Amino acid sequence: MIYQLKQVNESNKMLVGGKAYALAKLANHSIKIPKSICLGVSAYKRFVRDTELVGCIQMEFHRKDISQMRWEEMWDASLRIQNMFQTTNWPAELRDEIINAVEPGFGTQPVVIRSSAPGEDTNKTSFAGLHESYVNIRGIKSILEHIKLVWASLWSDAALMYRRELGLEVETSQMAVLIQELITGESSGIVFSQSPVDASQAVIESVYGLNQALVDGSIEPDRWNLDRKSGAILSCQAAVKTKMMIPGKHGLDMVILPSAKIEKPCLEAKQVQQIFQLSQKLESLFQEPQDVEWTIRQDMPYTLQSRPITIKTDDPRNWYMSLRRSFEDLQNLKSDIQDKLIPQMIREGEMMTNMDITQLSNKELQREIERRKEVYKKWQDIYWDKFIPFAHGVRLFGQFYNQAIKPEDPYEFLELLANTPMLSTRRNDMLEQLAQRLRESPALIDNLRHHPERLDENFKQQLQDFLDGYGNQAWGLADTPEFHDNLINLLLEMAAAPPKTKKTVTKTIASLERQYLSFFPKDKQDYASEILKLARVSYQLRDDDNIYLGRIENGVITALQEFLHRTKKQSESQRDFMNYEEMLASLKKIKESSLRGLTTYISDPAFVVKARQLTGQPTSGGLATGRARVISEPQQLFEIKSGEILVCDSIDPNMTFVIPIVTAIVERRGGMLIHGAIIAREYGIPCVTGIPEATSLIKTGFDLTVDGFTGIVTIHTE
Amino acid sequence: MHKNNEIKHELLKVCQTQKLAVLCTHNQEGPYGSLVAFAVTKNLREILFATLRTTRKYANMTKDKRVALLVDNRSNKTADFRRAMAATAIGQIREIPKRKNSRHLKLYLEKHPHLKEFIEAPTCVLLCITVDKYYIVNRFQEVVELHLKK
Repeated sequence: MIYQLKQVNESNKMLVGGKAYALAKLANHSIKIPKSICLGVSAYKRFVRDTELVGCIQMEFHRKDISQMRWEEMWDASLRIQNMFQTTNWPAELRDEIINAVEPGFGTQPVVIRSSAPGEDTNKTSFAGLHESYVNIRGIKSILEHIKLVWASLWSDAALMYRRELGLEVETSQMAVLIQELITGESSGIVFSQSPVDASQAVIESVYGLNQALVDGSIEPDRWNLDRKSGAILSCQAAVKTKMMIPGKHGLDMVILPSAKIEKPCLEAKQVQQIFQLSQKLESLFQEPQDVEWTIRQDMPYTLQSRPITIKTDDPRNWYMSLRRSFEDLQNLKSDIQDKLIPQMIREGEMMTNMDITQLSNKELQREIERRKEVYKKWQDIYWDKFIPFAHGVRLFGQFYNQAIKPEDPYEFLELLANTPMLSTRRNDMLEQLAQRLRESPALIDNLRHHPERLDENFKQQLQDFLDGYGNQAWGLADTPEFHDNLINLLLEMAAAPPKTKKTVTKTIASLERQYLSFFPKDKQDYASEILKLARVSYQLRDDDNIYLGRIENGVITALQEFLHRTKKQSESQRDFMNYEEMLASLKKIKESSLRGLTTYISDPAFVVKARQLTGQPTSGGLATGRARVISEPQQLFEIKSGEILVCDSIDPNMTFVIPIVTAIVERRGGMLIHGAIIAREYGIPCVTGIPEATSLIKTGFDLTVDGFTGIVTIHTE
Repeated sequence: MHKNNEIKHELLKVCQTQKLAVLCTHNQEGPYGSLVAFAVTKNLREILFATLRTTRKYANMTKDKRVALLVDNRSNKTADFRRAMAATAIGQIREIPKRKNSRHLKLYLEKHPHLKEFIEAPTCVLLCITVDKYYIVNRFQEVVELHLKK
């Protein structure tokens, strides 16, 4: 089960994994590597068998056909599996065997725990970054914890995404683990023995301190391009260096670079040659170009790992992989988004709202449409490039929280994010105030229904304030003639039912926060606090940015509608009319297509298939029974009656104004952190997401029971 | 024919090795069968399983507590006709409180640890069949009845 590297050879390669095998080969050829031992795959197998974890992974892995999962659902599944490993105790016998093998060699010295999956690093497909490594782990207790975390990374979200290439199966997949002494080099980096973009060159990248910050993109490295034949340096790009990563008392610390090092390259010319020579030696040893991680301590280069160079393809999964950002990177993104982009987006949206386009001439209006189109396009690009990656701040926090606290419930961390003020909840609070006034005064209801001219000024003003502030957050419907009436009907529906109070939090946020921080040693509390702040902003903005983008989109729609309305009968504008009509249709189509029901379940007339129970992901606890309201186009939102269950493709924050009157949510799109799930938890109503056929198998009028604890939706057909 | 103890021993072995069994309930429309994950007490007197309150079988059982449960060890091969054993337990159902560390819950989760999350859901109930008798079939047509004295 436990191998010294000198025991590793071709015959046991699959038992120790690719990384350990490659390092053993280096050691056999007298290449300096850190002192290492390998925990073979049989330890993993024993752990999941003896603890019955294999059954729990089966339950999670087969919860849903993975090919129908979105990346958000894969992240959720992975988080739950990771939590299972973290909260499962070691079988005593296995734990003692590992302690006896590891303790004598490493004692309390800092180590690195790396994944070494069989088949990994041996072929041309890029699996880099799928599994985890942990640096600066001290003491046997922590080593045992991190071995479990490395095993859990066999089921990382990225691994689920590449499951076909990996052949990921619960029964057969396994993972070996490398335990290495931590070499704290003065400089570290990577070297490509052959540049992926120019076969005649080699590339070296280097940072001061440990190379984790280079690998996760937190620090920009110095870069050298060398001629492969002669080793001559062809070019050198020095980075703006301000920080370095070093081992801290617990984990890793990012520290300010000493001033003497800021201007100085991370490697001297002699060291550049040392690393280059090392890479060429490894290439000839493995008979193919190598991607090598290294560090230099007291002029001695150590090879940390070596694997074949893989070439990036146009695989769309690369985009998802790019979403995994480091804390540093997300912090930078946070300042950019919070201080610059969101205020700018609000301004542009307000400018559109405040402009009276009815005063523009046709030519001016056309120019304004073109301008708005450009603005919208710009913000859509920013949304994908910046806002979506920033939403990962919540995920980063979730992983951090779970690793530190090991809660039974892998989503406990969301309690710390609850009640984060969001635009959509502020809008709903304002709607609730209006509804409450109606509940308190039957006369007001009567006036609203039959004598709008008798409405009191105060109520009218309140209604107008709502329309001014949030009218354009109604899914692009604010400019339709029916909007005002629809809004009144919605208020009357709300008033007919008792007020829906938002979920009461048993502990105050402040006490939860104190409890959270108390889990960390003093020197890590600042970081814990910062990552929580980051998550809160990320949680809030993933809702708000949609609303701001919705305003800008609404600005385009409004201008297009104005133009079409004006030029309907003018023959000279026919061509533009057609273009704009098409554009408007396409803008609306985007919304509608995302809501459209899927294909029918079965088309053979000899059979009648009725769904009885559908299973999805439970995302907000509770049990509710009611009539289904399937929303397949925007206007239908206003048809929802109090007490109904909202069934739809996906909810965006521009739709959530109807949530106060529904009793449960069923969504085709899946995920714990999607908008529907977030708002359902805020209101304490059950929510089940990720039912692929929800909008086609459920019809408006069906009686449903939504079990938000188990994720089961029952259709009562009798 | 087997001796009493041998039968009990064989039956217990099948009940302890098999994870799933077929539960039979009925309503006014007719009979209804469902596959359930079960566990049995060592004295064979109680059979436990879990279900959601929203299911058809739960609705059926609230109207009529009488149920049957078929356990077998077939492997879907022709040899099953001679080698497989099937037992139908007949009894009455009752709901068991899901108290942490209760012997029933412990027994159930020891056999099905992967159902912990499911059983902890407030909408899930733990049910117990108090068995009156078993009908045990061996070698295709050899049938014995095992009556449990009260």
